[in-house]
Amino acid sequence: MERITGAEALMRALEHENVDVLFGYPGGSIMPTYDALYDHKKTLNHILVRHEQGAVHAAQGYARVSGKVGCAIVTSGPGATNTITGIADAMIDSTPIVVICGQVGVAMLGTDAFQEVDVVGVTSPITKWSYQIRRAEDVAWAVARAFYIAKSGRPGPVVLDFAKNAQTSMVDYQPAKADFIRSYEPDPDLNEDQIRQAAKMINDSVKPFVLVGQGVELGNAREELKAFLEKADLPCGTTFLGLSAIESDHRLNKGILGMHGNLGPNVMTNQCDLLIAVGMRFDDRVTGNLQTYARQAKIIHFDIDRSEFNKNVKVDLAVHGDCKKTLAAVTALLDQTTHTAWIDGFKPYEEKEYNKVIDKALHPKEGALLMGEVIRKVSEATNNEAILVTDVGQNQLFACRYFKFTKPRSIVTSGGLGTMGFAIPAAIGATFGAPHRTVCMFCGDGGMQMTIQELGTIMEQGAPVKMILLNNNYLGNVRQWQEMFFQRRYSFTPMVNPDYELIAKGYGIPAKTVVERKDLDAAIQEMLQTAGPYLLQCAIKEDDNVLPMTPPGANVNEMLLEC
Amino acid sequence: MEQENSIKLYTFIIYSENVPGLLSQITAVFTRRQVNIESLNVCASSTPGAHKYTITANCNLAMAKMLTAQIEKKIDVLQANFFTDEEIFINETCLLKISTPVMLENKNVCRMVRLHGAHIVEVNPIYATIEKTGITSDILSLYDSLKTLGCVLQFVRSGRICITKDFTEHLDEYLAEREKKRK
Ligand SMILES: Cc1ncc(C[n+]2csc(CCOP(=O)(O)OP(=O)(O)O)c2C)c(N)n1
Ligand SMILES: [Mg+2]
Repeated sequence: MERITGAEALMRALEHENVDVLFGYPGGSIMPTYDALYDHKKTLNHILVRHEQGAVHAAQGYARVSGKVGCAIVTSGPGATNTITGIADAMIDSTPIVVICGQVGVAMLGTDAFQEVDVVGVTSPITKWSYQIRRAEDVAWAVARAFYIAKSGRPGPVVLDFAKNAQTSMVDYQPAKADFIRSYEPDPDLNEDQIRQAAKMINDSVKPFVLVGQGVELGNAREELKAFLEKADLPCGTTFLGLSAIESDHRLNKGILGMHGNLGPNVMTNQCDLLIAVGMRFDDRVTGNLQTYARQAKIIHFDIDRSEFNKNVKVDLAVHGDCKKTLAAVTALLDQTTHTAWIDGFKPYEEKEYNKVIDKALHPKEGALLMGEVIRKVSEATNNEAILVTDVGQNQLFACRYFKFTKPRSIVTSGGLGTMGFAIPAAIGATFGAPHRTVCMFCGDGGMQMTIQELGTIMEQGAPVKMILLNNNYLGNVRQWQEMFFQRRYSFTPMVNPDYELIAKGYGIPAKTVVERKDLDAAIQEMLQTAGPYLLQCAIKEDDNVLPMTPPGANVNEMLLEC
Repeated sequence: MEQENSIKLYTFIIYSENVPGLLSQITAVFTRRQVNIESLNVCASSTPGAHKYTITANCNLAMAKMLTAQIEKKIDVLQANFFTDEEIFINETCLLKISTPVMLENKNVCRMVRLHGAHIVEVNPIYATIEKTGITSDILSLYDSLKTLGCVLQFVRSGRICITKDFTEHLDEYLAEREKKRK
């Protein structure tokens, strides 16, 4: 055993957890740790962000595409409070991250010391676990426990609040391991009854419909899902976060669920006789009016988190467990069958949506550029193999609708929290989490400015983010709601925009603006062929609307195709 | 369905590891869902190392289920369950400070104390202290009758403690099951 400082112990503990990248920003209360980091630069690649919110979103982007735990490190007080949005985002979207904050020494705790904030108090409601390390002796244990909690069961964020005295005092370091907490059951035993009942209900069903959520990707159960769907010929729809859990063009993938999803899956939700939800949580953006949601159907819910059962939607059968195991177990008991007539029933809705919405969005003949056509062209130019990172707003909704997926872990978007400013830092994180893949980031002119300072991180790292700014000179999504539900009273949604190309160039990032449709293909090619980062600004039609749409609180099957 | 929606007083019994900060996390589960906590009692349980929370709150059955599920999800919570009054033995304690001059003047004061099976634990020329242990309604009945007699100077009630009418100790069984999984 070796006698080292608590800060050095943190370095060893992070290395022990196979951390290779840290996103962070230094400051007073975390300085001893940054001092220790100076000697670990070879193993722990620290990426200096430009704002602590960026560190957390970057850790999220890293985690989402790599399947590993993302890690952020910041100072106390304002450094810590700047991470709150990212932590809340990771909580609601089940993203495994560990955020390490500096904290004043224990002797100063509770005295309103300089840059003291009750970080555990503030973050407890938005973390899976939040813990204050007060002694160097606790570092190894706390780090092991933090990573175990963040990645096991339903993943989520963990905060370690690292008191300064614990960073500087000496400890006999020994690596710790965490794989059991008696009050925490991340991998529940399969319940044979539930498995048998689920299989029977599916085998008895004439019109089954599967809802695919992010749980499938979090559980690395893509193959199990596919086997499950294909054996019993089960059509499915996906949530935004579940988009890359199955190939976009898989014959059983009927599209996106929810408010701005596809017509077929939403209408058929209210026509199926069995709804099978896998690793999703019946968010109100997916269900619309709960009083009329799938009332005709029996409902089975597969989830690893017991507290999700019957939370929003009352289910007939809960199948508790890791869906990698539960899906495989149920599949073994399924009849090999087909549901051709039922699946053909999706077609009229697909055609209707194509004619009324999709064709117009993808193949406009004239007028300003549309988001849909840009997004689909970028997707196709990457052979539909890229990672999609989105911001929030119309750019997000269009991107999720028109980007296509063939590879796992390819969608990074802020689903539950809807955090504007998510895209740039999350995309930076994605380039570190999947260094050999193309990362395409779509962002609006509003959201771009919320974390625009991270262009500095992109510059410094040469992070190869392909940024597509869909500039409509509006807070477009809010403008759309104002148009539809507030009598076109455009209260503070027009955006006075800077010259983004010039800004990018100020950061040394190559940039181009496309206004004319005829220039789009070449510009996309140039962006993808330019090594490193690139900003492609597209001048988008100002008053376009994302359609179809289920108005808030309306019935899931009552989508507007025009407005 | 009717049962699902009718509002009732439920008693939540929660066991957790003895770690700081959990109490506020548990109460936040209630307040976030607009459920008021009526009473709260926290102390070490009979199982070494485990803390016991006894919380009462008015809500419907679906909410009671949701609250326990959300509480149990906290990493350091061992178990969370809820009960109706029929499923548990309940106890509460109260202390009353009453005016000695009024007590001496009005015989009904002492009669009420005896009738309710309460004890006088201290008397001095100014006030007397009365203690009563029982179920909520008995305690409130004592208080109401003494208040009518105009002698109450102070009244305090404890939170509820209770014991389930079950034959098995679920926590011990749970912990034994869990220990088998320790690697
Ligand atoms: C941090 C934050 N603030 C406010 C909002 C509310 N909001 C949702 S979409 C949106 C407009 C986004 O505008 P822009 O980034 O230009 O994207 P567009 O919808 O035009 O594509 C706003 C303000 C939000 N989601 N997040
Ligand atoms: Mg915009």
